[in-house]
Amino acid sequence: MSTAMLDRPDDAQAEADRQYVTLTVADQLCGVPVLGVRDILFPQAITRIPLAPSEVAGSLNLRGRIVTAIDLRRRLRLPPAAPGSARMSVVTEQGGELYALLVDQVSEVMTLRPGAIEPNPPTLSAIWAAFSAGICRLDTRLLVILNVGRLLAVRPRAPG
Amino acid sequence: MDDLLTDFLAETAESLAELDAALLKLERAPDDAQTLSLIFRLVHTVKGTCGFLGLPRLERLTHAGENVLGRLRDGKLTVSTEIVTLVLAVVDGVRLILAGLGATGAEPDGSDAELIAALDRVAAGRAEPEAMIVAPVAPSPRPDRAEAAAAAQTIRVTVDVLDHLMTLVSELVLTRNQLLQLARGEQDSRFAAPLQRLSHITSDLQEGVMKTRMQPIGHAWNKLPRMVRELAHDLGKRIELVMLGAETELDRQVLELIKDPLTHMVRNSADHGLEPPAERLAAGKPETGRITLNAFHEGGHILIEIADDGRGLGIGDIRAKALAQGLATEAELAAMTEAQIQRFILSAGFSTAAEVTALSGRGVGMDVVKTNIERIGGTIDLKSTPGQGSRFTIKIPLTLAIVSALVVQAGTERFAIPQISVVELVRAGRGGETGAESVIERIDDTQVLRLREHLLPLVNLAELLELEGAGEASIIVVAQVGANMVGIVVDRVFDTEEIVVKPVAPILRDITVLSGNTILGDGSVIMILDPNGIARVTGIATGGETRLVEREADAPRSGARTAMLLFRARGKQPLAVPLGLIARLEEIPRDSIETPTGVAVVQYRGRLMPLVPLSETPETQKPTQAVLVFADGERRTGLMVDEIVDVVEDRAEIELSAARPGLLGTAVIGGQATDVIDTAYWLAKVGQVTATAPGP
Repeated sequence: MSTAMLDRPDDAQAEADRQYVTLTVADQLCGVPVLGVRDILFPQAITRIPLAPSEVAGSLNLRGRIVTAIDLRRRLRLPPAAPGSARMSVVTEQGGELYALLVDQVSEVMTLRPGAIEPNPPTLSAIWAAFSAGICRLDTRLLVILNVGRLLAVRPRAPG
Repeated sequence: MDDLLTDFLAETAESLAELDAALLKLERAPDDAQTLSLIFRLVHTVKGTCGFLGLPRLERLTHAGENVLGRLRDGKLTVSTEIVTLVLAVVDGVRLILAGLGATGAEPDGSDAELIAALDRVAAGRAEPEAMIVAPVAPSPRPDRAEAAAAAQTIRVTVDVLDHLMTLVSELVLTRNQLLQLARGEQDSRFAAPLQRLSHITSDLQEGVMKTRMQPIGHAWNKLPRMVRELAHDLGKRIELVMLGAETELDRQVLELIKDPLTHMVRNSADHGLEPPAERLAAGKPETGRITLNAFHEGGHILIEIADDGRGLGIGDIRAKALAQGLATEAELAAMTEAQIQRFILSAGFSTAAEVTALSGRGVGMDVVKTNIERIGGTIDLKSTPGQGSRFTIKIPLTLAIVSALVVQAGTERFAIPQISVVELVRAGRGGETGAESVIERIDDTQVLRLREHLLPLVNLAELLELEGAGEASIIVVAQVGANMVGIVVDRVFDTEEIVVKPVAPILRDITVLSGNTILGDGSVIMILDPNGIARVTGIATGGETRLVEREADAPRSGARTAMLLFRARGKQPLAVPLGLIARLEEIPRDSIETPTGVAVVQYRGRLMPLVPLSETPETQKPTQAVLVFADGERRTGLMVDEIVDVVEDRAEIELSAARPGLLGTAVIGGQATDVIDTAYWLAKVGQVTATAPGP
C-alpha cells in the first residue's frame, strides 16, 4: 500500500505529460500539451496591432494581463477563417509572456497511450513539418502534435 | 549621520536579531553545523563592515568573537552553554556599541578588554569558560533601544516585492478606471459614493506604493562633488557645485537611467561651460565658477536643471560647425532663431566630431544624453546667454509605470499618446474652407499644416499604421519630438487617461512606432504610440536631417537628398525649387490680386504681399493663382506659377549651370533633367520693382 501511494504522484505526472488539448484549425485536428496551456478563451475582442507580422492577430485582455494573439491559420499558411466566425484561443506562456493561439475550435483533453506519437512522415508539407512535433493515429483521424515554441517564434515583419 | 553608517546600523540590527535566535538554536543542537556556519558568517560580516567603516572597538570585539566561533566550526572546541553565553555577551557588547553609534555617530568610550581576554582564553583552549563569564561593560543606555529605533525606521524589502506591488496597484488602477467608466453611464447609482471612496483610496495606495520605489535624486548626485573637485583640479579651474532639491524623489528605475546623463552634463559644464579663472576675472566675474543642479517637481514630472555661469554657447561657432558638418545650409541657418541653433549641440552628427569639444560648445555625447532622456519619455531643453552661462532643463516622468496619456482614434482603432509629448491639439479644416484657422494642405502626397508662423509636417496616423476605415482625419495632435514638432493627424480625440505602460511582446519589439500597450478603463487593450518612433519612420528625424520643421529654408547641398518642389510656369517642362525655401503654397483667388502701382499685390495675412510672375505669359484661365510664398523675416513675397506638380526627394546636384538669368542650372530630379530656379534672382526683382515704382 505504501508503495502504491508513493507511485501515484509519478503516475499522475506521467499521465499529465501524455495529455493534450485537442483543437481544430481548418478541419485538421491538432494537439498541444495540456501542461503548457494556461487558459482556454471563448471568442473575445482582439485589438489589432498595426504594422505587426501578419500572423499576429492582435492583443487581448486576460484578467488584466495583455496577451498577444497568434492566428494559427495564418501561421500555418491556411486560408483565413470565414469572416465573422467565432474563434477560440488557447493561452500559453513563453518567457514570461502570454500568447493566445487563435483556433477554430477547442475540443477536449485527450490522454495518449505512451509511445503513441510517431515522427512526422517525410512527405509532410514543409510548413506543417516545421510546426509539427509528431503525429498520433487516432481511431478515425490523425492528430498533429504542435510544437508551440516554434509556433510562437514569429519573425518580425520585414521593413518596408 | 552618514548614509553608510545608517545602512550599517539597520543591517547589523537585523543580523543581531538573527544571531540571537541562531545562538539559542545552537545551544539546543550543538552539532548543527549549518547554524554554526550561519553564526560565523553573521559575526564575520559585522566585523568586515566595521573594519571598512573604521570602527576599531567594534572590530576588536567581533574579531575575538569570530576567533572562538572559528574554533567551534573547525571542531577544535565543542559547543557548550558557557561558550554560547560568552558569544551572546559579544552580541550584547555589539548592541551596546551600536547604541552609542546610533546616538552620537561615534563609538562610545569604554573597553571590552575583559570580554576579549575571556574570548581569547577560550579560543586558545587554555581556560574553562564558566569561570570567566563577563558582563559587558556599562550596560546603559539599554542596548535594545537603539536596535529597536533602527529597525523601526527601515525594513529591507527586495525590489522584486516592490515591483510586484507596483504591478498589482497598476491592475487595481485599471479596475478602478473600469468601474468608474461603468458607473458614469448610470444615473443615481447606489454605487456612486462607495466607488468614489474606492477611487480615492486607490489613488492614495498608488501614491503610497510609488513612494516605496522613490529615492531622492541626491542618490544620483552623491558622486558629483568629488568628480567636480577632481575636474577642477585637472582643468585648473575653480568650481563651486551647488545642489538644490537633492531630496526631490523619483522612481528608482528612472533614477538609475538618469544618473549617467546627469554626470555627463555636469562634466560638460565644468569642462566647456566654465571659463578658466583668468578669463572669468577679465570678464568681470568671480573667479570661482558655479554649477547649479536644481531638481523640483512640476505636474507629475520632475524637472532637473543643470546651469553654469560660464561663457555660454558660442552661436557663431555652432553655426560654423553645423555648416561645416552639413547639418544645415547657410540659408537654413539664416532663418533659424538662436535657440534653434543652440539645439544643434544635441544633434547626433554634431557631437561625434572630436574637435567640437575644443570649441565653446559642449561636445561629445550630448546626443547620447538626449537619446537616453528620450528613451525614458523625457525631454531636454537648453537656454544659453553668451557671457552669462547655459541652463539645461531635463523634464522626465516621475515614474515609467503609470503615465498620463491622450486617447485618440484613427480608423477603427484607438491609441494612446503619452501626454508629455503632446503640445497642443488643433482642429483643422480642409483646404478651401474659408475662415478655418488651420488648414491641412497637400504638396502632392506630403501633408502640411500652417500652424501660426510655421509649416508643420503632418503624419496621417491611419495611413502610417495602414489602418482600415480611415475617417475624416481632421484633428491634429501636435507633438514635440526633440527640437521639432510633428502633427499626428487622427480622426477623434477622447479623454486623457492614466495608463499603465506594459511592454509589448518580444515579437513586436521592432515596431518602432509603438512604445507599449495598456488596458483602458473599459477593459480593451490599446497600443501606446511613440512620437519619437513616428518621427523616425516618417523621416522627420530628431537630428540634423530635419526639413520643413520650425524653419523655413532648405537649400540643395551636394550629396544630400533634398525635397524639391516641381511646378510649371514656363511651358510644359517642370521647374524645380528646394521645398525648404518655400514658406507656404497658396492658391489665391484671381480676383483678389490687385495691381495698384503696376505691381501685382495681394492682401495676405493683413499685409500686402508683392507677387512676381515667373513667366511672361502666365496662364490666366483658372479662377485661382498658384503662388509660392517666400519669407524673409517679416516680409513675404509670392512667385506666381501656373501649376504645382509634385514634391520629389532627390540629390538635386546642379549639373549644368544656367545660360539664362533666373535659373541656377539644371539638375536631374526624379530621373528627369529639370531647371532649378534661382529664387534670389526672382525675389530681387520685387526689390527692383518696389524700389523703382514707389507711389506717385
